[in-house]
Amino acid sequence: MELLLAITAGTLYGAGFYLMLRRRLAQLIVGLGLLSNGTNLLIFTGGGLTRSRAPIIPEGQTTMAGAFADPVPQSLVLTAIVIGFGVLAFSLVLAHRVHEMTGSDDIDEMGLKK
Amino acid sequence: MLAILALSPFLLALVALCLGKHSRWTVLLAFGPAMLAVCFGSMMQAVMTSGPFSASLPWAESLGLTLAFYADGLSLLFATLICAIGSLIVIFTSRYFDREPRAARFLATLFAFMGSMLGVVLSNNIYVLFVFWELTGFTSFLLIGFYHERKEARSSAIQSFVVTGTGGMGLLAAAVLIELSAGSHDFSALLSGHAGLRESAAYQWIALLVLAAAFTKSAQTPFHFWLPNAMAAPTPVSAYLHSATMVKAGLYLVARMTPLLGGTALWMGLATAAGAVTMTVGAWRAVAETDLKRILAYSTVSALGLLMMLLGIGTESAVTAVFLYLLAHACFKGALFLVAGTLEHETGTRDVTRLGGLRSAMPATALAALLAACSMLGLPLLAGFVGKELLYEALLSHGSPWALFLLALAVGSGALLGAAGLISGLSPFAGKIRQAAPAHAVATALSIPPLTLAAAGLVAGLYPAIVDVPIGLAVASTLARTTPVHLSLWHGFNAVLLLSLLTLCAAAALYHWRDAMRERIWPRSVGTEQLYTGALRALDTVSAWMLPALQSASLRSYALVLILTAATLISGALAWNGLPGIPQITEVRPAEAAAAFLTIAGAISAVRARATIVAVLSLGVTGYGVALTFLLFGAPDLAMTQFSVETLTAIIFTLVFYHFRRFRSLSSRMIRLRDFTVAVVFGGSIALSLFFVGTSVTPFGLGRYFAENSAVLAHGRNIVNVILVDFRALDTMGEITVLATAALGVRALLQQGPRNDGKPVSPLILRTAARLLMPLLLLYGFFLLLRGHNAPGGGFAGGLVVAAAYSLNAFAFGTVTARRALLVHPSILIGAGLLMALGSGIFPVLSGKEFLTAQWLAPTIGLGSPLIFDLGVFCVVIGVVLTMTFMLGEE
Repeated sequence: MELLLAITAGTLYGAGFYLMLRRRLAQLIVGLGLLSNGTNLLIFTGGGLTRSRAPIIPEGQTTMAGAFADPVPQSLVLTAIVIGFGVLAFSLVLAHRVHEMTGSDDIDEMGLKK
Repeated sequence: MLAILALSPFLLALVALCLGKHSRWTVLLAFGPAMLAVCFGSMMQAVMTSGPFSASLPWAESLGLTLAFYADGLSLLFATLICAIGSLIVIFTSRYFDREPRAARFLATLFAFMGSMLGVVLSNNIYVLFVFWELTGFTSFLLIGFYHERKEARSSAIQSFVVTGTGGMGLLAAAVLIELSAGSHDFSALLSGHAGLRESAAYQWIALLVLAAAFTKSAQTPFHFWLPNAMAAPTPVSAYLHSATMVKAGLYLVARMTPLLGGTALWMGLATAAGAVTMTVGAWRAVAETDLKRILAYSTVSALGLLMMLLGIGTESAVTAVFLYLLAHACFKGALFLVAGTLEHETGTRDVTRLGGLRSAMPATALAALLAACSMLGLPLLAGFVGKELLYEALLSHGSPWALFLLALAVGSGALLGAAGLISGLSPFAGKIRQAAPAHAVATALSIPPLTLAAAGLVAGLYPAIVDVPIGLAVASTLARTTPVHLSLWHGFNAVLLLSLLTLCAAAALYHWRDAMRERIWPRSVGTEQLYTGALRALDTVSAWMLPALQSASLRSYALVLILTAATLISGALAWNGLPGIPQITEVRPAEAAAAFLTIAGAISAVRARATIVAVLSLGVTGYGVALTFLLFGAPDLAMTQFSVETLTAIIFTLVFYHFRRFRSLSSRMIRLRDFTVAVVFGGSIALSLFFVGTSVTPFGLGRYFAENSAVLAHGRNIVNVILVDFRALDTMGEITVLATAALGVRALLQQGPRNDGKPVSPLILRTAARLLMPLLLLYGFFLLLRGHNAPGGGFAGGLVVAAAYSLNAFAFGTVTARRALLVHPSILIGAGLLMALGSGIFPVLSGKEFLTAQWLAPTIGLGSPLIFDLGVFCVVIGVVLTMTFMLGEE
């Protein structure tokens, strides 16, 4: 399973990066989103996979017994998801404004237009 | 006490800044350094009886560094000199800058320099020494560039900073090597024990680096060119930094290190040779100049060379001569610089060919100049004479043939220097009035300081015994043995006196024919400055050539370079270390495989998509795939958050990408192939490294701790949420601040655009669904928030769900309706949320606990400050998302 998830994360990275190299604004931002998802998956998988229970202490007990998923990478990824969303939304709006002002969605064309 | 004394000039710098324009009071600041000088002077007696002082303040303790100070005879001699001359300079400046609006800043920088210089001579720790050393260079940079509107001041400031700063890097490297070799970085420890640095393998490097630092700072040839250029500084600076104090830091360093590094052929040979060359070159060039300050600057270079040479020779009489001449030089050169400043202030010129006959217009200044010039010349009854006698004696008594050669050089340089002294101190006042004449009488504050310095030279010349103690102590520190010093004015009729007389006559002759010689003999340039400018120009050329290659202003080429580098590093590291063998992996289960394939399919589809909507949906598919993976591997919180985020992303994308419908391919086939290859390599290296890293980590370093303490200490059973709102709440606080900033950016970007009321034409089915779903989603969002501490959920997930509800509403009924339904403006929600999070953290501070310590009212039902914190997160998330969707909807 680790191998499969590694390939998945790699695919997300590769695809995201390929899209970031395109000249279309929209593709660039979709690529950013793919990279963001890839990174979350990377951290999550890198923290060690556990199929067992979520890190939630059962009612009436004071600590986790037996095997459970590591909560540390989870809390890292949780905030990463939200921040990633913030960044993505911001860059979307930025792209939107740029498109509005230059009338183009070709990154190379924008640079030439004053 | 010592530490306070050493650092007090920095306080004076602040006071000077505060005094600002009240220039009448600035003269009072001179009391500060004067008191310091008295303190340091009186400490010498104590050092005589009870040995060196030391003191320290805590600094970077984790690195084993303290702000350690140490005062022995050598340090105190320099410290007293720095403070005594400093106070005179402050008096002078208070009047010199009577028409300068930036005088307060100038004085503050001057005090900061004084503090740095005291730090250099009083530090006990070689790293502390380095820090203060660089600070002197930095303050010197600011002072040389004080008239920053002049191009020449700027380039001179940069030049001195580059030259001395490069030497400073050498000092840092030497400090590291010394600590590695001797195991200590404290001077007191190094000096008291047998450090064994001379025998260590790195000795050559240490010696070379220390000497490089000293040579650059003390303007030894070939690095001497920055000092004459530094004359672009205001004259008080030239007198203080570039004559009496800073340039002598290099000599201090050599003297300080002599007990540790000296005595070898390398050390002595280099210092002596560099000193002898500098002495000759400086003296030669001094007489060729016509600008008063440049004459004095080159003569300072020469004097520094002389002192360095004597330190290199290192015999007892040579070292005694060093310190006596150092004192004498500080007095006469400081005085001459101040006289030059006065002349410039009163007549507006520094050109010696235009100055003359000013003795009756400014008698006090003329007297000071005359005394100082005679001291520089080495006329009997003045300190310069005693210094010169000692110098000749040291060289004569050495006995070796090369010492006689040096003696010849010294006599020649002495004659040239004497002539330079007469040119700068005598010619402006003697003879007839030339072009320049003073406008008014010289102010007392301008004439007292040079007169004091010149008089000090006279006193020390008449009764040299008064400096027996300080010089004896400094010699003892340099040679690491106690040596009683007895100075006297009269040494009898002997060869030394004959040499002195010879120097005097030669100097007088050179002075008499000065104009004729200046025009004919002296070469204009010695040429090491061309090396500096050449090196700078070469750097510029290389940069100009590299710039287009490195800075193409194309995002894609930057990304390519970054990614290729990352991929190379990753695969290189994997190849270098060898693959750690196929790790143990768990089996693949159908549901998990389905999630992974869904993600991969989404990614591929996003790449292949030609329509925007397809690409956006594909991105959503990868997000849902990742969310499913989270769910299957024990992370319900993540899954929940990811699902909501994906939904919201799709909404925002749709709002924005309404404008970009289809994309043609803009790149050529070749470029696509190239990008595809790089992408595959990059993705592959990520996959490989993740596979090997992810399976080899030892999980549960911290996880175990949180699991054990989450319920006990933090009264929460959902460990992930407890980490976010309690254990690591400070991090979360940072993250919601980032989110709020992103929303602020979006507002700023969109506010400029045209607005409408955001009323969409939406299908009936959407409106019906929205009406039904809205209350359910709201209820669910609040539910997630409240139960988050003990079960999957929390502020992030809950906030996203609520935001999704309102976004849906805005989609269906327009933003006006949605805004009305929200009751408050989204920005207010953001602010209130941040305040709530902050407030829940500040509250415990009031009762003396750490920021963000959890406070519980009723832990059993989860009532406490973490809930307020989570509520803050909740509000911020709603506010941020709705700011974006509402404003986009109104575009």
